[in-house]
Amino acid sequence: MNWSDVGTALFGGVSQYGAILELVQNSVYAGAVLGLVGGLIGVFVMQRDMAFAVHGISELSFAGAAVALLTGVDVVTGSIVGSLIAAALIGLLGARARDRNSIIGVLMPFGLGVGILCLSLYNGRSSTRFSLLTGQIVSVQSAQLGWLVVIGLFVLLALLFIWRPLRFDSLDPQSAAARGVPTTAVSLAFMLLLGLIVAVAVHIIGALLVMALLVTPAAAAMRVASGPLSVPVLAALFGFVSAVGGVLLAVAGTLPVSPYITTISFLIYLVCRVIGARRDRTTRAL
Amino acid sequence: MRPPALRLRGAGLAFGDRRLWSGLDLDVAPGEFVAVLGANGAGKTSLLKVVLGQRPLSAGTIEVAGRPVRRGGRDIGYVPQQRGLEPTTPLRARDFVRLGLDGHRWGPLLPSRRADAAVDRVLAAVGATSYADAPVGRLSGGEQQRLRVGQALADDPALLLCDEPLTSLDLANQQAVVRLIDRHRRERDAAVLLVTHDINPVLSRVDRILYIAHGRFTLGTPDEVLTTETLTALYGAPVYVVRAGDQLIVVGAPDADEAHHHHDEDDA
Repeated sequence: MNWSDVGTALFGGVSQYGAILELVQNSVYAGAVLGLVGGLIGVFVMQRDMAFAVHGISELSFAGAAVALLTGVDVVTGSIVGSLIAAALIGLLGARARDRNSIIGVLMPFGLGVGILCLSLYNGRSSTRFSLLTGQIVSVQSAQLGWLVVIGLFVLLALLFIWRPLRFDSLDPQSAAARGVPTTAVSLAFMLLLGLIVAVAVHIIGALLVMALLVTPAAAAMRVASGPLSVPVLAALFGFVSAVGGVLLAVAGTLPVSPYITTISFLIYLVCRVIGARRDRTTRAL
Repeated sequence: MRPPALRLRGAGLAFGDRRLWSGLDLDVAPGEFVAVLGANGAGKTSLLKVVLGQRPLSAGTIEVAGRPVRRGGRDIGYVPQQRGLEPTTPLRARDFVRLGLDGHRWGPLLPSRRADAAVDRVLAAVGATSYADAPVGRLSGGEQQRLRVGQALADDPALLLCDEPLTSLDLANQQAVVRLIDRHRRERDAAVLLVTHDINPVLSRVDRILYIAHGRFTLGTPDEVLTTETLTALYGAPVYVVRAGDQLIVVGAPDADEAHHHHDEDDA
């Protein structure tokens, strides 16, 4: 690979940018919704210490999609079924952090194994195979993209509905229960919403990279803010910028979307860490 | 005449064959401060869960402020044990207190001037105004525990339930938290039921003590309950109450937990 190849990979599409953008319009919408919702739900993922659970769910979501691909069922449906099964198992069996981590540790390799088995038996287009792991939103069909947007919006509304009880439960389950928060139901609802949005993310950035949109933006926001509104708003903004920015940049070349998204979200995190560390130093000096 | 803040009649609690306590008659009047003492596993935390409506009695009846208990009743404020909060917790002190007002409600968080005013009053009452806008995870254990008391008081409950609220606090902060609880019950005529493994920090404030051990209990004023004779009779084994200055030390209780400075959620 020489410099002109790199140039083509990065900027080969610039001359027809407008036309390409029109073709991938729906991918931009899907990315936007996923970025927003991923950032918001990430705030709770961080507070409930569930980053590992996100990873576990995404591997089972991948397995579900791979089974669907092999058996000729709709891939989005497959990923959602896999996701929800994983989320329900982790939610029901893993109320305590230690149980949860062991369950995820058991489920994850099993899910990946099933997925890889199905993919190796599958004879169709090989690019579809790989995209489930590392993502390629532009290869998702338009009708399916519509579904991803609808699911993302549903998760957004449901998340806003359970926002306050979920926040209370994430901080202090005992006090929340004492105040009448149905903590078990709220926790399970959260797991199911997490499962749904993970399934969406699998199609957009791939099962292996889901955390770039469901964990990193919130982790970045929590470095620089601490208010009940500023943290979720910033997290949603960071997710949105990463996802939409990634799609828009990828369209200009021939590279997949995922590395752009993961790089942007990582850079945002780095900047936030530096800002946060600097602010800590000044507050301590005062 | 207001009904008692808490009324238990012939109350008993058992897990399968294991009877924790039974035949408990207890009226806690508005403004009264009752401490619950006893060994680990004697059923102190279970008593709180019964009052919170999270666990049914195996026998008898229970009423809070004249009404049968139900989960999440508005008449109860709950102060849990101090646990350190994550430094990155996305809440300021005032948001933490506000959870006690509307943290259980459905829907997103919306700005509310009325809630802000109420929260400001509570922050002033617990002496937290100076750090009202600080991230709650960065505050000290003592400051966080004041905020927990504030959260429990925010809705002006008729009954304050405190589950080991002083554990893992230093002496000065223990006294500060006890003062807050004591002042609130006097000013607002709220009853207090406080579970503790160490009576000394609250000894000068409590009206009565409920001491649970071996499926039996004793109820009375500190002078009645904390004596060598009463506790020896309760445990059915020699137990000595020793006075050292203004501290009381219970020596020889077979399953006493004075050495345990933590308790966990499964504590029966």
